Amino acid sequence: MIPVAFDYVRADSTESALSALAQHGDEAKLMAGGHSLLPMMKLRLAVPSVVVDIGRLSDLSYVRDGDDHLAIGALTRHRDVEMNSAIAEHAPLLQAATANVGDPQVRHRGTIGGSLAHADASADTPSALLALGGSLVVNGPNGERVIAGEDFFAGFLESVLEPTEMITEVRIPKHTGAGYSFQKFNRRAQDWAIVGVSAQRSDAGAKVALVSMHPTPVRATAVEEALNGGANATEAAELAAEGVSPSSDLNASVEYRQHLARVFTKRALVEAGF
Amino acid sequence: MLISDLCKTDSVNANNVAVQVKVNGASHSHEVEPRTLLVHYLREDVGLTGTNVGCDTSSCGACTVHLNGESVKSCTVLAVQADEMEVTTIEGLANGDEMHPMQTCFMNNHALQCGYCTPGMVMASVSLLDENPNPTEAEVREGLEGNLCRCTGYHNIVKAVLDAAGGQK
Repeated sequence: MIPVAFDYVRADSTESALSALAQHGDEAKLMAGGHSLLPMMKLRLAVPSVVVDIGRLSDLSYVRDGDDHLAIGALTRHRDVEMNSAIAEHAPLLQAATANVGDPQVRHRGTIGGSLAHADASADTPSALLALGGSLVVNGPNGERVIAGEDFFAGFLESVLEPTEMITEVRIPKHTGAGYSFQKFNRRAQDWAIVGVSAQRSDAGAKVALVSMHPTPVRATAVEEALNGGANATEAAELAAEGVSPSSDLNASVEYRQHLARVFTKRALVEAGF
Repeated sequence: MLISDLCKTDSVNANNVAVQVKVNGASHSHEVEPRTLLVHYLREDVGLTGTNVGCDTSSCGACTVHLNGESVKSCTVLAVQADEMEVTTIEGLANGDEMHPMQTCFMNNHALQCGYCTPGMVMASVSLLDENPNPTEAEVREGLEGNLCRCTGYHNIVKAVLDAAGGQK
């Protein structure tokens, strides 16, 4: 399988990437590691006429301590997130979710910013972003803006990013020493989650997010409200499929996904210490 | 997007890109279409056919090579992404007639049946031990999750990698 022909532009700075986007608009796609975009292009589900390669912007690959949060460059590869000691200490949920992305070869190439921009409800990292209350720093023709993770996902494979914008940084509030859990149910080791759960405790209360249970990455708000209202893990997990609309596919029917969401939410809540 | 756009005949792209890739220590320069996949570049332009195309969907790992020392699936990397980088393929592991220790351990442990997954399996295994020189059996199994063996010969593959890890101590 070979993508449809396209023009290739290699960006050597954030500015040159943004200017290529400004020039080509929605005909262009940014490519970081390419591990969401290239499979889509090979299946011809994505047919950009221009690919802007931002994979060499090494100044966007970093993990910095921002006092109350960690600042992670958008081009930081999954493997580097997985192995980073500051993330392990202050946001271990992100580390756990990232360690479940694809397989080692995929994690060597794929990036945190690319995965989030792809806005796939069946991806692992968006659920961690939501449960950790993270946000995204986005650059575009009008400068920089910060978008809360919970406002970022707009629809099936769709975010609120404009075609002329790019994610430059991911900010994750520190959750040092707080209970967390990432759960993933799939048929083969490297597969997408049939259902996945991110759960995070904090002083502000519980945050729980689901994988593959809705057209977008989604918070399990009914579960959170129950926990914050004093319900125990078993009672709260019963509400895991409330208010979300999973789809049926080769792997699981709607009913089976709802069942799995309850089972894995309970496991996540217990492991997170609720 | 119109169906006719999706079905349009792929014309040769006039905007070819020059790439220079060091493959197994030797520099190669070519002009490639931007959409050329690294695996096709290696097989058809460089002429090294040891890297196999399996699923072509970044699932099976048969096409695994090292890009700047790390395992990647070359069916999901563009040749232009490898420009100015170093690629190691299965042909680049042996030192002359002397096999790489991982190749020897695969042979000694009968870690291949039909052999189709083997180049990718060996490349992924070498990368695994580079990152984790003393893995447990579970870590080997998890570390090779990106490589499928449809003969299902996993037990001996895991034994071979553990054998190679022991040999490195």
